[in-house]
Amino acid sequence: MRYLFYFVLFCTVSISCSREVMDPQTGSLAVRFDNVVGGADLNLNGTTYTNSSGEPYTISALNYFVSNIRLRKVDGSEYVVPQDSSYFLVRESDATSQTIRLNNVPLAQYTGLSFLVGVDSLRSVSGVDKRTGVLDPGTGSHTSGMAWDWNTGYIFMKLEGTSPVVNPDATGNRNYRFHIGLFGRNGTPNNLRRVSIAFDGASVTPDNPARSLVTIRANVQTIFAGRTRLSLAQSPNIMIAPKSSEVADNYAGMFSFGNLTTGPQ
Amino acid sequence: MSYRQWVTLAAVVALWCGIWACQPKPGTDNINPDPTPINPTFKTTPLDWKKPANFPDPVYNFNANPLTTQGFTLGKALFYDGLLSHDGTVSCGFCHQPTAAFAHTDHALSHGIRDQIGIRNVPAIQNKAWQREFFWDGGVQDLDLLPIAPIQNPVEMGDTLANVLRKLRNDPRYPTLFEAAFGTKEITTERTMKALSQFMLTLVSSNSRYDKAVRGEGPALTNAETRGLTTFKAKCATCHATDLFTDNSFRSNGLPRIPNAKIDDVGRGAITLKPEDNYKFKVPSLRNVERTPPYMHDGRFWTLEQVLNHYATNPASSPTTDPALRGLTLSNAERTDLITFLRTLTDNEFLSDRRFRQ
Repeated sequence: MRYLFYFVLFCTVSISCSREVMDPQTGSLAVRFDNVVGGADLNLNGTTYTNSSGEPYTISALNYFVSNIRLRKVDGSEYVVPQDSSYFLVRESDATSQTIRLNNVPLAQYTGLSFLVGVDSLRSVSGVDKRTGVLDPGTGSHTSGMAWDWNTGYIFMKLEGTSPVVNPDATGNRNYRFHIGLFGRNGTPNNLRRVSIAFDGASVTPDNPARSLVTIRANVQTIFAGRTRLSLAQSPNIMIAPKSSEVADNYAGMFSFGNLTTGPQ
Repeated sequence: MSYRQWVTLAAVVALWCGIWACQPKPGTDNINPDPTPINPTFKTTPLDWKKPANFPDPVYNFNANPLTTQGFTLGKALFYDGLLSHDGTVSCGFCHQPTAAFAHTDHALSHGIRDQIGIRNVPAIQNKAWQREFFWDGGVQDLDLLPIAPIQNPVEMGDTLANVLRKLRNDPRYPTLFEAAFGTKEITTERTMKALSQFMLTLVSSNSRYDKAVRGEGPALTNAETRGLTTFKAKCATCHATDLFTDNSFRSNGLPRIPNAKIDDVGRGAITLKPEDNYKFKVPSLRNVERTPPYMHDGRFWTLEQVLNHYATNPASSPTTDPALRGLTLSNAERTDLITFLRTLTDNEFLSDRRFRQ
């Protein structure tokens, strides 16, 4: 009996010691996506901007999926956010959607993060039971028009608005529409892009409740002028055409580190 | 063990439990709110679903959606409810009629809310457990996601799934039907889709005269029917393969383009975005073919004679026309025998099954 006692005690102590911090071991981290156009905050519908092709345009919608987030530690290793907790839909029209909260993050110093713009190919072909939250075709994504039902797949990034250089469509409006999806099924282009952001040498530690906020800037101008310069007059509608990959390449470059703040969120 | 040791041991165990409780639970901040707990007395009645002996193995994952009487009842209620459309006028069964193997014989092209006409012929709903890709172009790969497309197609049911779920939640009948099928009154995308799948999966046509002859359960085929079957195996079964009478592939059968058609429907090419897939469409099953006119993706033929005439008279050779059709000949006698054989695929038990009726 005595030996059993010491055995249990030993096991308990070893288990306790094997975990660096017992409680709390994890914290939360908030990440805000700040959509901007050049140096200015993005203003839906109201403001006319000019792209690098010299074309004036307005923006009526900007939505994108952020998923499969990984946090990079000081030593270069990564914490992979559990996948079921790693799908977010950022919508310019909904301020609360622009700040995402990562919970149960192991306590460590993180110097950067990476994420997919879009929904990974595996989840894009998963059963209906895996399509919950923002992936639910009955609530989140479809309400925001972020999925195709006739050719099952999510729209990774949607940018819509008007431009005087575009010819009027059937509605009589000079609309442009970028609906970028496709994940490589049936040999279609794979427009999934992983974006990696370094916190400019700074590091952040999760906290409970979340006090740390990483702001990532998303500059819409880059969608028109990243790797490829796009012209709204030439391509007002880009959805499933091969040009969709050029848009994906461009928007993959629109994200940059904004700043890091700590304090009550 | 001394009293003190017992106390310490108890403390250690308590501490251990504490550690256990402190473990982070990855994914606990799941995107799902916790659903209402299922009543412990909740019980469903398994629905008997057997693979017909002459069929290959089904591809639908029944483990993820076990068929139950309650799920079937809910699925059937949904299938025949116009509530699924924007103005309440178009149910699934509006186009998918039981007497036509859940295809539609009144229109060449689909008919939606406000009398809008679509671009393709309504496909039959039968033997869906054996199909991996749905619609004429295979754009949907999961039966559980299929109904979203007609619900949200502006020229079909013209609503949004979110709004349909809202209407179901506010309907006096549905919360109870969902509770019977799934244990709580909660109405979700997953449950709605799975119930519709359950109903569709039970629509199995496997009791035609041909089936009974093949399984030795009924009279053998007549001489003319057997001649037709021989011709069929030689000249049609490359594409209309197995006792499902389709290989589920996408092929172009060389239909000439109709010059004044509203659109140039490239079919599969619009899904794969490959020019070599242009004008390819799913090879349809020929089960109940006698009862499912019109034929082809655009419903251009109204009789089986017209269909065979197309195949026999050198289909237009577009660059994507299927090589299997090259050099195909059909004599008048072969055509007559083929049609005689195709009529043995009519499954009256299925077409008149009361369980599937509204």
